[in-house]
Amino acid sequence: MKPFTYERASTPAEAAAMAAAKPASRFIAGGTNLLDLMKLQIETPQHLIDVNRLDLDRVEPTKDGGLRIGALVRNTDLAANKIVRRDYAVLSRALLAGASGQLRNKATTAGNLLQRTRCPYFYDTTKPCNKRKPGSGCAALGGINRGLAIMGTSEACIATHPSDMAVAMRLLDASVETVSADGATRAIPIADFHQLPGKTPHIETALRPGELITAVTLPAPIEGRHVYRKVRDRASYAFALISVAAIVGPKGQRFAFGGLAHKPWRVEAAEKLSGPDAITASVTLGAKTTPQNAFKIPLLRRTLGAVLAEA
Amino acid sequence: MPLKFDTPAGINPIDRQNVIGRPQDRLDGPLKVSGLAPYAYERHDVAPDAAYGVMVGSAIATGRIVHIDAADAEAAPGVIAVVTAANAGPLKKADSHTAKLLAGPEVEHFDQAVALVVAETFEQARDAAKLVRVDYAPGKGRFDLAKEKDGAPLSPDGFAKAASKAGDFEAGFKKAPVKIDQTYSTPDQAHAMMEPHATTARWDGDQLTLWTSNQMIAWSVRDTATTLGIDKSKVRLVSPYVGGGFGSKLWIRADALLAALGAKATGRAVKVALARPQIYNNTTHRPATIQRIRIGADKDGVIDAIGHESWSGDLPGGGAEIAAIQTRQLYGGANRMTAHYLATLDLPEGNAMRAPGEAVGLLALEIAMDELAEKVGVDPVELRIRNDVQYDPEKGPSVPFSSRKLVECLRTGAERFGWDRRNPKPGQMRDGRWLVGMGMAVAFRGAPATKSAARIIVDGKGRVTVETDMTDIGTGSYTILGQTAAEMMGVPLDHVTVNLGDSNFPASSGSGGQWGAASSTAGVYAACVAARAAIAQKAGFNADDADFVDGHVVAGNRRVKLGDAAGPDGVTVVDQIEFGDLSKKFAQATFGAHFVEVGVDVETCEVRIRRMGGAFAAGRILNPKSARSQVIGAMTMGIGAALMEELIVDTRFGYFVNHDMAEYHVPVHADVPHQDVFFVDELDDKATPLKAKGVGELGICGAGAAVANAIYNATGVRLRDYPLTLDKILEGLETA
Amino acid sequence: MQTTLKVNGKTERLDLDPRTTLLDALREHLHLTGTKKGCDHGQCGACTVIVEGKRINSCLTLAVMHDGDAIKTIEGLGTPGDLHPMQKAFVTHDGYQCGYCTPGQICSAVAVLDELKAGIPSHVSADLDKIAFSRDEIVERMSGNICRCGAYSNIFEAIADVAGEKA
Repeated sequence: MKPFTYERASTPAEAAAMAAAKPASRFIAGGTNLLDLMKLQIETPQHLIDVNRLDLDRVEPTKDGGLRIGALVRNTDLAANKIVRRDYAVLSRALLAGASGQLRNKATTAGNLLQRTRCPYFYDTTKPCNKRKPGSGCAALGGINRGLAIMGTSEACIATHPSDMAVAMRLLDASVETVSADGATRAIPIADFHQLPGKTPHIETALRPGELITAVTLPAPIEGRHVYRKVRDRASYAFALISVAAIVGPKGQRFAFGGLAHKPWRVEAAEKLSGPDAITASVTLGAKTTPQNAFKIPLLRRTLGAVLAEA
Repeated sequence: MPLKFDTPAGINPIDRQNVIGRPQDRLDGPLKVSGLAPYAYERHDVAPDAAYGVMVGSAIATGRIVHIDAADAEAAPGVIAVVTAANAGPLKKADSHTAKLLAGPEVEHFDQAVALVVAETFEQARDAAKLVRVDYAPGKGRFDLAKEKDGAPLSPDGFAKAASKAGDFEAGFKKAPVKIDQTYSTPDQAHAMMEPHATTARWDGDQLTLWTSNQMIAWSVRDTATTLGIDKSKVRLVSPYVGGGFGSKLWIRADALLAALGAKATGRAVKVALARPQIYNNTTHRPATIQRIRIGADKDGVIDAIGHESWSGDLPGGGAEIAAIQTRQLYGGANRMTAHYLATLDLPEGNAMRAPGEAVGLLALEIAMDELAEKVGVDPVELRIRNDVQYDPEKGPSVPFSSRKLVECLRTGAERFGWDRRNPKPGQMRDGRWLVGMGMAVAFRGAPATKSAARIIVDGKGRVTVETDMTDIGTGSYTILGQTAAEMMGVPLDHVTVNLGDSNFPASSGSGGQWGAASSTAGVYAACVAARAAIAQKAGFNADDADFVDGHVVAGNRRVKLGDAAGPDGVTVVDQIEFGDLSKKFAQATFGAHFVEVGVDVETCEVRIRRMGGAFAAGRILNPKSARSQVIGAMTMGIGAALMEELIVDTRFGYFVNHDMAEYHVPVHADVPHQDVFFVDELDDKATPLKAKGVGELGICGAGAAVANAIYNATGVRLRDYPLTLDKILEGLETA
Repeated sequence: MQTTLKVNGKTERLDLDPRTTLLDALREHLHLTGTKKGCDHGQCGACTVIVEGKRINSCLTLAVMHDGDAIKTIEGLGTPGDLHPMQKAFVTHDGYQCGYCTPGQICSAVAVLDELKAGIPSHVSADLDKIAFSRDEIVERMSGNICRCGAYSNIFEAIADVAGEKA
């Protein structure tokens, strides 16, 4: 971990201003991914702005029937929130499928969205990785990639986004609220928040330098059966090979997928189709698989079949 | 005078079983559950001023270090020293090590240590370690076992001979009416013990003390002395608590050497722990194997010919994974062969991990037996019973087993598990979304014992102290050694203090190879026999008549308190057990039978262990509580081996890619059901004076194969390449 | 950087390099070495402590982020002469072997029973609103604490014992 200076912010605007004042700064909230990466010097901020004491830890109804989730609401608290349990069960389920009890107690809503990939080459500073060191190459393409992406990949990167929560957020059409140093706020639709790798896999989100997430807003609840199915290599405390978030109800069905791409994957056109075969074919149209990760397509089809049977 | 164990044990005080053989809470329990047991990196008590050392590992797998530029590191805040091979002084490589513990100028494997940075704080040392700039000239390497396997020679003889033969395997196999001929593979595996390799080192003049995490104190004193080129008498090792070893801490590793060198360079105590992501490539691992098994049997499944060949790889000068050794003794058959071939690979050093040989050998052999059972239409349990043999089948009836209760284990285990409810036809049982299947496999592990010494001190109050360099790596040594002394000296367990893991104490067997419990308790037994004689004599008893019971020395009508007999100055004796040729006259091993029920998700192919149990025979069970724990723990490691554990080799760069605990999966709580363990009554009088054998490794042997066979029974998908991940099952179901 | 931690009821004032994790502050500065470093990356749970009533991985948080926080470590739960019921149950049920993951397991186990009482759901809760003790619930919630010795089966029995449930 490189040396850094540390300060605490007391308001979102102050935090954003602090970040603007020091370009090599990072916000720290839960810290469960940032500190992990700082120890390995994959992240090397010179200044940390502790945002834990900001007043952003509430879950409140919005006037159009949705829910506004403060950026600092911890994963455990969000999963256990009564409204979330009742109206957005898929979000509770996705949160609870992630990490461990200890990590969920610390990890925040905003931080969860900003998790970086678990690709083993990203994590090993002795190996090439375009995400970690732009232009150095992608060791995963011709290497070990069983767990990596099959959709939306590029020649530069085949990393996946590791979050479970983000998959549910994508399903629910969440919107990410931010504030910038100049006090300007904006709302970024979750579909646009995470980026595909393209030629710039080191750019992962739509956030601008110094921009701070203040909340994630959900639209009004969607009636139907909420399911989150995560498939992994051990029974708990493991990242997804694939995951399926689904709502199947009177007004139709919708699906979002984890473990497939650099961002939560959703193909709205597929939601008009019926049956796991057709939906999978549509969702994985244009898939680029390797011999190691080609199983994700039949696994997706079968898992979707199980989800549809359950829903 | 050492006690020589060369005739079967007769009746002795251990047989009273007042303390031995009863479930006892661990003596070290209260310290461990309250966080007060000090591990190697936690010795603020003895090294309050310790500086912090952080290892720098090689970024390449093979090649040379051209130059190390440590200027920036040395100039970083708090840095006291940077140690490299260039400034460490002359170092030798001990015979125990295949690769050097400190690289330079040659690099032998990825993450081999190239430097140590010592600083005032951990944070400073960790940061400065990243400032050490190493200029490499990378070389070429061999990293792919499948590619290097063809033409690999027989391995050199090591703990076991490379090859064995009896009868005429080829002829027997050729004429057998039923044949199995299959190839199986097991991946490289990591010990993944919870406590990283760690050492605190301090020099007092030319005297070096290492507080370290180590299984084998005497070996490691020897290797430390050899590596540093100093006399053994100048090295002290202290390892009272070891946060798991499983073979990874049989030898000193880079942490110990670097801490010693760092302490030398700085004149300070220095402590070094390997960072978790370094452990998988810097230290040793269980090597991958490719195994071919051929079995020729008659139509009833009775084996006539059995052949087991195994290929593994290691660095030049290394050894083989002896995966065929159980096949030499487990089943009958007149015509037999085994062979271990060794390819050269430039991956990190292969070495022992819990039950080297059998753990992976049985993963293959016990699938082969399941395949044979299906082919001849014989129940898998019955098939094993039909092929039981009461003597070493390579040597013939002149070498019987000292004790072999495999059939009892099979029958008892099957009954407790409810094996009769199994449908032999695969894919027939269903519970909701789960395909349900049952599988079984035999457990087999050798029962070696080796010389072991201990000191017994009896004070004037009748309190007994045991001192030996034996280690407790979670195995329960503190408690069984205390029980042995309590039984022998006729006192309750709470009158015994046990001090372990210090090279100032008499040299024990150490912890490894499942020999620790049997050998070290025999060593304490020997010392107690001597202590009894000394105390009896001191108190004027005829030593042969005196008994030690209820805190007294008793003979005829005379009864003296133990403390009074020992006298105000007490009695101190050191003695040692040595083993004669009983292990040559008799085949000696431990046995068991595993039973597993799995559920396989009909869509996602995720596997869950629903039930798991087994019956085991390992001589006298000294402490049923900790022995059971050893078995369930090993079974859990067997679940890992079956379902998830694999060090994945990147054959381009030559290293294990998944080198942390997020990516190298071991079982978590949710992977493991309640485990039923039953110990079959057995006293093996040819094993040790306590009639005991080790049980620390038996539980992993065969456990994974039982899982594999259960998956087959559930799904009809026969997998032969571990780990049995869901993508492999899915492929089988999709193509079925 | 000046930081105040309330550790096991005692106020500790420390001057720390901001890089110091809560784990290293406990182990290296306060010499409370009962909290273990198994992986230092949130992958094993050996460093679990209870901060402001919630269990967290102390390796993945900076000590300076906890200025003023109340921290409970294994040393604060009980001592060899006066063990916490969970510590006692681990001894009775042999819920450990090498002992290295044990303090983290025990801190987690204590917190898990509180989480159940608070009605916090888990991945295996069939109904997110009806939370009750079961084997599945406990082993899922404990899965962030790895025990390589494989004492899981016994750890569950220890927890069930403390919870007053049949194992």
